[in-house]
Amino acid sequence: MTENYTALYEEHKKLGASFTDFGGWQMPLKYSSELAEHHAVRKSAGLFDLSHMGEVWVTGPDAAAFLDYALVGKISAMAIGKAKYSLIANEDGGIIDDLITYRRGEQKFLVVPNAGNATVVAAALAERAGSAHEGGFDVAVRDASAETSLIAVQGPRAQDILLRLVPAAQHELVTGLKYYAAVDVPFLVGGTSQELLLARTGYTGEDGFEIFVANDDAAALWQSLVAVAEEGELTPAGLASRDSLRLEAGMPLYGNELSLEGDPFSAGLGPVVALSKERDFVGKAALAATKEAGAGTTKGRKLVGLRGLGRRAGRGHYPVLKDGSKVGEVTSGQPSPTLGYPVAMAYVDVAFAEPGTALDIDLRGKAEPFEVVALPFYKRVK
Amino acid sequence: MAKVAPELQYSDEHEWVARDSGNAGSNIVSIGISAVATDALGDIVYVDLPEVGAAVTAGETCGEVESTKSVSDLYAPVTGEVTETNPAVVDDPSLINSDPYGAGWLFKVAAESDGPLLSAQEYASKNGGEL
Repeated sequence: MTENYTALYEEHKKLGASFTDFGGWQMPLKYSSELAEHHAVRKSAGLFDLSHMGEVWVTGPDAAAFLDYALVGKISAMAIGKAKYSLIANEDGGIIDDLITYRRGEQKFLVVPNAGNATVVAAALAERAGSAHEGGFDVAVRDASAETSLIAVQGPRAQDILLRLVPAAQHELVTGLKYYAAVDVPFLVGGTSQELLLARTGYTGEDGFEIFVANDDAAALWQSLVAVAEEGELTPAGLASRDSLRLEAGMPLYGNELSLEGDPFSAGLGPVVALSKERDFVGKAALAATKEAGAGTTKGRKLVGLRGLGRRAGRGHYPVLKDGSKVGEVTSGQPSPTLGYPVAMAYVDVAFAEPGTALDIDLRGKAEPFEVVALPFYKRVK
Repeated sequence: MAKVAPELQYSDEHEWVARDSGNAGSNIVSIGISAVATDALGDIVYVDLPEVGAAVTAGETCGEVESTKSVSDLYAPVTGEVTETNPAVVDDPSLINSDPYGAGWLFKVAAESDGPLLSAQEYASKNGGEL
């Protein structure tokens, strides 16, 4: 696999980041301490490079109808300016990716898939756009991933920091922006004003924003954000803290909780699948059958939260036990920096999925006690 | 680059061994893990040490060190009986990150024999550390 570098790679190097491969990208794992970065996001704000994420524009008279067909959600019902979490499935109902779609106009959408899946998602969208379904779609699919950077500012101080780069007359655009919505905002980037797409979305469980910016301007925006923040207010944060933050917030990670082999109902994402959509969509028949069969409710396994009663943490692929017998498997797990005890997400047999159920995780040969708890583990106080 | 303390010896599993320099006749050694290991592990949040009085064998696991990202076994670099453990690192495992060769020491052993140990120079060149 070729190694990809984001437009911010040199910024990360200057900050002394250690790097890790993620979805074929060399990304900052941490700059100094992933725990400090985690706490900074919970208490103040963190600055993330998410440029490895994909950006695929879908435009044209049939854009809304096309996305209703290509994704599992009812995209045509979105109001302009809103964002929506959805999935792209294959004909067998397998999850190709989870993604966020932004409606930027009556006939204009931005689809943001995960880094490792961006190429596959862009290809699937392009292929579906060419299908003869419903007489074919008048739509253009353009993969802008290679030229687009994405910078996130997450945490309770995020809004105040961003406002310092926005003219006072436009502050209302930012302060009035609802969660899961996006708007074009003029930002002062390196001394010049630039209209950038600002979304109030995130993957940390905190209030926060994601800013789409052309690669050429990404470093200037990154530096401008660092420059306007007060000492200790905005901490560059790597993927290690991003993972612990999203886990505390109970958010799934593709490859851990979601996969081609899994299904949305067992993952707790049933409401994301709009089976009531009158239109057909890719994977609809298979997903309807999976739901009908009781996946995640009466049959198979269900994604649950596990809280450790001891100090040792479960990790991905560790077996989950009930009275010594395997009843599931951990998908993500680590000590929760915010809560101070181990947390894990795991698929367990539906019979043992009720909160309060006592289970064990096989920690390298030793059964350690855990308890099923409701997700998310952490919820910010609003 | 991770620092390698020049006065110590090291195992291939990244434990360091310190002799009691003030007492030539003593066979008590202090044991910890190197900065190369703590850098790779990330922030350490939990450490499981052998108990005082336990017999440890060079090259065999005797505990574990858990970070936010991963967990790794702790190997005994020498054979002998554990005489002391460091309560400070059990209370505050971040000491292992902040001061791996000092306040972050893990346990002491009355050593009967050593496992294969490397000099600081050998260890540093093998593992990309800096003396």
